[in-house]
Amino acid sequence: MLARTASYLYWIGRYMERAEFTARLIEATLRLDALSARPAGEGAWSSALSVAAAKHDFEQTGESPTPSNVANFLTFSKDNPNSIRNCLYTARMNARAVRTALTREGWESINRAWLGIDGRSAVGSAQGTINLLEALIAENRGFEGALHRMLRQESYHFLMLGESIERTDNTARLIDVKYHIILPEGEEVGGLVDRDQWGTILQTVSANTAFRWLYRDGLSSRRVVEMLILRRELPRSIAATVDETAALLTELGRLTGYQGEADRMARLRQQRINATGIREIITGGLHEYLQAFIEENRLLSQAISRQFRFD
Amino acid sequence: MAKRYFDEIWGHSRGRKPRPGFESIARWIRETPKKELARRQDSAEAAFRQLGITFNVYGEEEEAERIIPFDIVPRIFTADEWASLSEGLEQRVTALNMFLEDVYGDRKIIADGVVPDDLVLCNPGFTPLVNGHRPPHGIYAHICGIDMVRTGPDEFLVLEDNARTPSGVSYMLENREAMLRLCPELFETFEVEPVDRYPDALREMMQAVAPEAAPGDPCCVLLTPGHFNSAFYEHSFLADNVGIELVEAADLVVDDDIVWMRTIEGRRRVDVIYRRIDDEFLDPLVFRPDSMLGVPGLMAAYFAGNVTLINAPGGGISDDKAIYSYMPEIVKYYAGEEAKLPNVETWRCREPDALQYTLDNLAELVVKKVDGSGGYGMLVGPTSTGEEIEEFRAALKANPDGYIAQPTLALSTVPTLTDKGTKSRHVDFRPFVLSDGNKVTTVPGGLTRVALREGSLVVNSSQGGGTKDSLVLRPDSEQPESQA
Repeated sequence: MLARTASYLYWIGRYMERAEFTARLIEATLRLDALSARPAGEGAWSSALSVAAAKHDFEQTGESPTPSNVANFLTFSKDNPNSIRNCLYTARMNARAVRTALTREGWESINRAWLGIDGRSAVGSAQGTINLLEALIAENRGFEGALHRMLRQESYHFLMLGESIERTDNTARLIDVKYHIILPEGEEVGGLVDRDQWGTILQTVSANTAFRWLYRDGLSSRRVVEMLILRRELPRSIAATVDETAALLTELGRLTGYQGEADRMARLRQQRINATGIREIITGGLHEYLQAFIEENRLLSQAISRQFRFD
Repeated sequence: MAKRYFDEIWGHSRGRKPRPGFESIARWIRETPKKELARRQDSAEAAFRQLGITFNVYGEEEEAERIIPFDIVPRIFTADEWASLSEGLEQRVTALNMFLEDVYGDRKIIADGVVPDDLVLCNPGFTPLVNGHRPPHGIYAHICGIDMVRTGPDEFLVLEDNARTPSGVSYMLENREAMLRLCPELFETFEVEPVDRYPDALREMMQAVAPEAAPGDPCCVLLTPGHFNSAFYEHSFLADNVGIELVEAADLVVDDDIVWMRTIEGRRRVDVIYRRIDDEFLDPLVFRPDSMLGVPGLMAAYFAGNVTLINAPGGGISDDKAIYSYMPEIVKYYAGEEAKLPNVETWRCREPDALQYTLDNLAELVVKKVDGSGGYGMLVGPTSTGEEIEEFRAALKANPDGYIAQPTLALSTVPTLTDKGTKSRHVDFRPFVLSDGNKVTTVPGGLTRVALREGSLVVNSSQGGGTKDSLVLRPDSEQPESQA
């Protein structure tokens, strides 16, 4: 496979995943904003900006962080490199360039997702926003469905590898930001607002019912964190995506005969997380743990680029 | 002036009575409700948009992607019509390749005084760089798109020979897909030759023309300028269907006169390149140094005989409209018999008499720049303003060598769906001809382009034309329906 093709596929996987994550994040924030006992309001939207790594770019616009301004920025803004629009634009341009490596269905779902957002510029009412986001998330499900019907060749593995690396990053950032930022001053841990906010996190990674299955008792921050980091039953947990990344690299090694630095890093990471419990993570400082993890994930992504000659 | 145009389905009967053999399609056009036709047409166009079967319009806002309008009423060739057409195409393309081999080789045709030497040697399409280099298997124009028009029952005329990188073959294939899905009843009524052999034929041709030293399973690729190119969809469609890599210049590297592509496993040697990049951008070391589209060293690898380029550099000369006017003589010279497919009558303005005739009759003629394409740089006398005519008069006088003139042709029409039901619209036709040195293949079908505006003769997609499926009937499927 051409190195450029592999690189484009990897980034399609990343951008499609990022678009969906951002859509879920906005949807969950809207919900939090609407449902909270006392609206979390600006706090919720500001933390959504942090999770999406868009706080700085948003501040540059000089707009006030009203729900619709933030939702618009995260969804449509051309100035936000991670807006859903820009993610879908890049994913589509890459897909167009390497459509020979994608299935027809895979290409069509990306193209449809893009056509659904192209030319629109404001989310409108909360209901309108939810409809748009749901449609985007549905297209993304179509894309994932198409992925799973692909031949298990290099193309499939590079797409999945991008998706898996991106998922790790998104989940880690979500926990980090929400855990440290969301509780407004004066609110008690374990109080109503706290519970609503942890509910939002689960919503973002579509794990509400998963939580009920895995933990028969009540919602607590410690359990949510444990589930999102360590429970392999949850496909978006960090441990599950770490396993997936290592397995995909192994399979690519088998297909191409190439193994290297990226494999070594992925396996080391897998071993470490296997040997870690939630108590250690929290004692050692959750924020530090997650920050180190996000950085390690970035380095792993670079190692993948080098190993497969992306440039 | 009521011109009597020949209609592909109604002949000269003006919609009263179909030509023999066309009764079923005539009935289909009459009996399928117009609303139903419109619904199917919309559905085809929606599918094209969803699939991204688009072309980019140059000079418009970046990313302006458009679909080419599709018309649901097909054009039909009888088996006999096709048999004589494809014979003529084989003869013409064979001669064209012999001509190219000759002008870059011994130049016998010039020595024998058949084609004037200045017309060849001073031609902007003539590439001295490839002089004396015989491409593998002696083939220059592996893929030709021959533009044809029809003016009567037995009058097929060649309008243009596209021997550089003719495009449109993806429409031939996608239009058929759409028709099979949306109008299956037509294919029950008619036995139609399949067009989907084209990708296989293309792959076989590419493998057959690999350099002699290449392995039995040569590595073939398609080189595209990238996804901003207007024909990018076609490039990716073809690579996909032929089963070869779609590469951009940055994916290739030349080392020691060998072409390699960069893969995740390291370098892989490339033997055959179907390039959809014009000559002048192929290799910045020998052509335009500012080109980012090309591969440095590619021409050296080509001259070393390590890679086959499809189509071979230098073939552009046969694309030239001034050379075109000599095609009847060229065919006769190499084939030893009269051309089976005639040219459109052409006045070469470089000749004083022809120039005078052209200047005297500008309002009736079509005047073309010899190096123009895509419907640009031409004057269609009968539909032009006095001002436009005077502009061309001045340009002609200043540079007579740069122009040819042709009569305004009575292009045949095909019923085409409009807001007011099916109406006659003018069409042309581009079949695709493959040559591998041993055989010439024309897949039965091609691209029918239709001028969607009433009375218009301009069918180019860049000028608002659309496309139709082109059905070639099987020999055993003729239905005389003598009761009609």
